[in-house]
Order: sequence, then structure tokens, then C-alpha cells
Amino acid sequence: MVRPVVVEELLKVQNLTKRFGAVAANDGVSLDVRKGEIHCLFGENGAGKSTLSACLYGYYRADSGEIVFKGKTAELNSPADALRLGIGMVHQHFVLVSNFTVLENIIVGSSDVGVFLNKSEARRKVVALCQECGIDIDLDREIWQLSVGEQQWVEILKALYFGAELLILDEPTAVLTPQQSDQLFRIISGMRSRGLSIILISHKLREVMQSDRVTILRKGKVVATVETAGSTAEAITALMVGHKVTKHVRDRTVTPAGDFLSVRNVCAKGDWAEDVLKDVSFDIAKHEVLGLAGVAGNGQKELFEVLMGVRAASSGGFSLDGEAIVAPTSREMLDRGVGFVPDDRFREGLIPEFGTAENLVLGWQRAPEYRRGPFLDRRKLGVLARKKIEEFKVVTASAELPVERLSGGNAQRVILAREFLHARGLLLANQPTRGLDVAASEFVYEKILEKRAAGFAVLLASEELDDLLRLCDRIAVIFKGRIMGIVRPEETSLLDLGMMMAGDAKEPERTVQ
Amino acid sequence: MLELLQGPLLISILAGMVRIATPLLFSAMGELVTQRAGIWNISVEGTMLLGAVVAYVVASTTGSPWLALLAAVLACALISLIMSFVTIVLKAEQFVAGLALNLLASGLTLFWFQTYVIGREPPKFAGFDQVDIPLLSDIPFLGSILFSQRLLTYVAFLLPVAVWFFLYRTKYGLEIRCVGENPKALDVKGLSVGWRQCLAIMFGSLMSGFGGAFLMLGYSDRFVPDLIAGRGWLVVVAIIAGNWMPFRVVGAIFIFALLEAVAIHAQVVGVSIPHHFFLILPYVASLVLLAGLRSRTHQPEALGVPYSRE
Repeated sequence: MVRPVVVEELLKVQNLTKRFGAVAANDGVSLDVRKGEIHCLFGENGAGKSTLSACLYGYYRADSGEIVFKGKTAELNSPADALRLGIGMVHQHFVLVSNFTVLENIIVGSSDVGVFLNKSEARRKVVALCQECGIDIDLDREIWQLSVGEQQWVEILKALYFGAELLILDEPTAVLTPQQSDQLFRIISGMRSRGLSIILISHKLREVMQSDRVTILRKGKVVATVETAGSTAEAITALMVGHKVTKHVRDRTVTPAGDFLSVRNVCAKGDWAEDVLKDVSFDIAKHEVLGLAGVAGNGQKELFEVLMGVRAASSGGFSLDGEAIVAPTSREMLDRGVGFVPDDRFREGLIPEFGTAENLVLGWQRAPEYRRGPFLDRRKLGVLARKKIEEFKVVTASAELPVERLSGGNAQRVILAREFLHARGLLLANQPTRGLDVAASEFVYEKILEKRAAGFAVLLASEELDDLLRLCDRIAVIFKGRIMGIVRPEETSLLDLGMMMAGDAKEPERTVQ
Repeated sequence: MLELLQGPLLISILAGMVRIATPLLFSAMGELVTQRAGIWNISVEGTMLLGAVVAYVVASTTGSPWLALLAAVLACALISLIMSFVTIVLKAEQFVAGLALNLLASGLTLFWFQTYVIGREPPKFAGFDQVDIPLLSDIPFLGSILFSQRLLTYVAFLLPVAVWFFLYRTKYGLEIRCVGENPKALDVKGLSVGWRQCLAIMFGSLMSGFGGAFLMLGYSDRFVPDLIAGRGWLVVVAIIAGNWMPFRVVGAIFIFALLEAVAIHAQVVGVSIPHHFFLILPYVASLVLLAGLRSRTHQPEALGVPYSRE
């Protein structure tokens, strides 16, 4: 690849340091972003990617170091300062008003629409931007009517409308289907060819490999900046983690046998009385991990709630080990030995103000082994907590420290420890690795595969398709509350899964039971 | 019961409804703007009371109802700074702050009333006069209902149109609604969420000042501590029942006002049903409206949530 001799630098960061208390989230970080390049920031959770981008768009003020934008030292005291200079940010959690139209979201707060909202002038400008970037969107639709992918385009348009020359995208594909991600990358490449620069924050290798250069961060420091074309995925991962990571795969010598959980024609209503589950049927055998793939919000949460007895099915039902379960309560499901890892760790999985010891016996606080008379046996709880903290490698100051002070990965370890302690036979895990870094995710997967080996039936919902493909015996794809098909990993591809996640049903003969 | 439907009486009831709706319209349109900016300010009752007290004091010392109105409105705008400081700067729970302001207003009023009003010769003061609109007020039936009212009533009836236009057709209205729905969306564009909320609270209080002053100066000739009698709370209910949309809120207010007008006239005519039954009608209606209209589709998403970065 021939590169121009003179490379125009758009952004230069020199020795940037940002501390939170005693912890340096960014420690002497230096990097440069060229005009018209896609520059990836790659690193594990807590490596400092988000802090660095927050400094770049003026959310945090760096303690020391210098940010030079277009040859001038940039004084960034607020996101507005950054926007005025031409640095735009697309947040992972979109900052959109859901009952405003696309156009209103773009123009709100802009000074050139006039007091009486001259929308036609603004509309011309936005339509021109859309054409340049290849974005096809109806400006008069309200945000809630759009797909997640389209909402992201609105965020991009917002930044471009305000004249951004450098766009920071924070984990932009975390909520997208593979097809939507591809579309996003087409748009990004279009922007690059117009001379815009993009900083892409990601921990997905597939995306990193589509960038021009990648800066790898570990523990707040820059490990290296490499040209993507001259490197490999393995080399970049090794740089990120600092050592080799063992990726766990399921043991193919163990084969599933004997249905354990049988779900038949389950329908259920959501919180707003809308139909969230439509005719859901599947079986999970002992020694089997069934993956549940789908974009978040397609009924996964409700399915888990039905199986856990927290939400009533409006019709249909399920049986456990051959025994039909009628009008279950969560108490009954716990007593039947079902372990449940909910997707929202701190709201549904733990009581944040309680310590590890108390969280470990949640739901089992009445069991005789944790009691002395009518009281909790604090001493036994302490012994149990210390044992589990060691076994699950939970990093905490003490068993009494409120779990809200733990990192996401450690909090998840506490939940796993509790559920694995009490579950016998069925494990329901909804997004157990959401927000966890590579090492923590692998720990969770290792534990889940241990349960598979021990004869558990496991339902594992995840948005990480690569992980599902290596862990699961079969993968069910859910879209708008319907199972679009159940496929074996060896007989499917990312593309297939992506199509199903976007609503393309599998032909029945390719659905395996 | 049927005697209520006779011609002259019906006109009188409807004219009464328009009169009763006036202070409610002021307070509701003000509070609507406040809530669309995401602030759950339930101190309407207390603010109206403050407006009434100030109006009474100024009217009875200067004799000018217009000076009294001005003073009342200014006082309410001033007191709104407390609400702004507590909810925007200190980011306190808005519901509790509103309750506290209500308690403060009613407590101070009672204290003032017992110390300076009770047992003294009630001062004479002039209220607002009726303004007949030429020609229009001569229209049979409608004329005496709509066009023989106080000046402020005409203002109050134009107010919803103005508020609607502001919210949906101006740049600032769009920003106010943005603050109520997702304040961060405005913050990231470099515009101050706090200032907009502060101004929205102030506008709301100011309008409650109009409402309270009108109650005092429009038709009463003496001050009683329960002058407001829950109207501030009815306003809050009307906004919820009206699903945060200006004209629906107006509709809810008309229902309350009509019921109260009926109650008053039933008392005068001497219907066989005890009149207390009629007096509770608006409040029963508010409960029924709230229970029946469960759609909150236009409730601002960030209503009552103090905004702070992260």
C-alpha cells in the first residue's frame, strides 16, 4: 500500500494523563489521528479507552498533557467546546429524544434554525449530508419508530450537522446485527473518503481489522500503535491482553442426551400488554448448551422471566425433567434447582448495598444450613463467602464490602457463585458476559462449560455470536418474540445468524431439533 | 335537579364555569411548561396561595388591583428561585421540595392571617372590573357567557394557544421539550439545561401568581386562608389527565370548572341533594379522570429526574 509522503495530522495527543483518585485511567497517553483515517482504540474494559475519548470530546478535563487539534492546542472544557472545534461524539447509549422526529433531533439546540423553527432550510442541509454519506433515512419519522441501526445514523448526522471533522464512535456495533454493522462500516468508509477522520472504540477484533491504524491500550497506557494492514488479529490481541488467552470451546466428546427442559408454544405479554413471546418452543437436553441469539429487546428477557416463574405465560407451558410446570412461582423454580443469571447484574442479580456473603445466600436465606434458629448464621455465611471468593477469584476487600463497589466482572462472579452453589440441573444465563472483558468473559464461559460437563441443561443468551458458535450445541435465534430457527454451529455462519436475527426465518427442514 | 337546566340558570352556570376556569388555566399552562421542561413542581397550590396573599396585602394598602397583580406575580417569580436552587443546583427530590414549599406557604399564611387579619376591620379594596367586549357581548347566550368577563379571563383563554405555539412552533419550545425528554441531548450540544429549567420553573410560578391573584381580586372581597382550596392540586391532576398536551389539559380544566359551577348554583337554587355532595364533585371527577385515563404517552421521559452529568 502506497501512503502519501506528507501525512496530515488532524489530532495529536501528547502525554495525556487522567487520574481518578489514586488510579490513573490514562497514564501518559500519546497518539495521533490523521486526516481521512479510521483509527481504532482497542483494549479491554478498564484499559482507558472510554476515559481517553471522554477527554477528547471535553467530558473530562485531562490532569496533564496536551491535545492539539488542527495544529492548535485545544482547550476542551465541555462537549460543546469539542463540538465547536469539530470533534463529534457518538455515544454507545444514544442521546436521542425518542418522541422527536429525526430532523428535530438533529436541529434542536442549533442556532441557525431561527426562532420560529425554519425547518425547510435545515432539511436541505441534512438531506445533502445524507446523500454524501449514503444514509437513507426518513427525516419525519420519530426515533422510537426507527431500528437501532437507524438511530445510530441519526447520532452520526447530528455530529456532522454541527460540522464535526473528527467523529468518535464508542463501541458502535454493540447493539447492532451483523448486517447493520456492515452498513455502518460502509457509511464510515464513505465518511473517510470525504476526508473525515474517525476514532473507533471497540473490543471486537473483526471491526478493528477494518480500521487503518489501531492504538492498543492496556491499563491506561499505550502499548503500541500499528498499521492494521501490516499486522494480524492474533498479534493485536496478544498486545491487548499482554499474554495469550485460552478461548474455551465445548467438549465435543460429551454429547447431549435426554431432554431436560421442554418449552412448548409459550406466548407471553410484555410490561405494556404487548405480545412479546409468540409460540416459543424448544428443548434442551442434559449436557447441552442452547444458545439464544438475537438483538437485545426481542423477547429474551421475557422468555427468561417466564422460565423463572416471574412472568406468567399467557398460553403454552414448559416441563422440567418430564414434569409439567403449572403456574410456577420463582420460589418453586428455585426449589426445583434452576439457576438464573439475569442480564441486569446490579438491579436483578444482586442487592448492591449487601455484601458478598449476604448476596451469596439470596433466595436461600431461609435454608436451614444458613440459619441458627430464626437468625442468619453470620459465622457460617462468612466461611462460605471466603470459600467462594477464593474459588471464583472475586477481587473484593472483604466479604462484607457492598457489592456495588465491585467491578462488573467481579459482581458477575458473585452471581455465578450463588447460582452454581444452588442450581441442580438447569442453568438460565441471560447475557452473562455483557460488559465484561476478555479474561472475565472466558472465566464465565469456563464455568458454564463445567456445568455442561456435569450434566446441566444450559440456556445461554448472548449478543456475541462468535462466542455462541464455539460454546453452544445448538443456537436458537429469536426475533420479535418468535424463534426464527434453531441451528447447529457447524452448519451455520455469522451471515445466516445475522439474517435470522433481522427476521429472516429459516426454512423448516434446516431447523434442527 | 332539572331546574338547573333552565335557560338563564344555564347561562349563569356556563359563565361561572368560564370564571372558575380562569385561575386554573393560568396555573395549568404555567405548570405545563415547567413539567415539559422535566421539573415536577407540585408547589402550585402554595404558589397560588402566596400570589393571593400578596395581592390582598397590596390591594388593600394601595387600592390598585393592577399593582397588586404585579406584586403577586413578582413575589411568585421570586419564590420560584428557591425551587430552582433546590432542584437544579442541589438536585434534590422535586416532589419533596414541592411539598415543602406548599407547607411553607400555608404555614406562613396562617401565621400572617392570625396575626394581622383576624379581629380587625376588613379593609376595603377594589378588585378587577367586568369588561364587556363591544358587539360580541351582545350576542345572545354566548355573549354573556364568554364576553362579559374580567380582562384576565380573556388573557387566560388565549394562553393555551400561546403555550401550544411556543412549545411546538418555536426553537425555544423545542429546546424546553428536549430538556424534559432527554436533557443530555441538549447538554452535549453545549446548551444549558439548568437555565432552561430555571426559566421554565419561573414561568410556571409566575403563572400561578396570576392564578392566585385572580382568585383574590376577581370575585372575592375578603381573604380566607383556604381561598385556593385545592385548586393547585387540581391543576396538577389536569395536566396528568390531559396527557401533557395543552388543549387536552384545557379540556380537563373545563370539566372541573363546570362541576364546580354546577355545585355553586345547586346551592343557590336549593336542590334537594345536600350541597356538600356537589362541592366534592370536582375532586371526585379528578380521581375518576386519573383512574380512567391511564395513557401517559406524552409524559416527558425525564420528568422529575434531576439532571446531572453521569
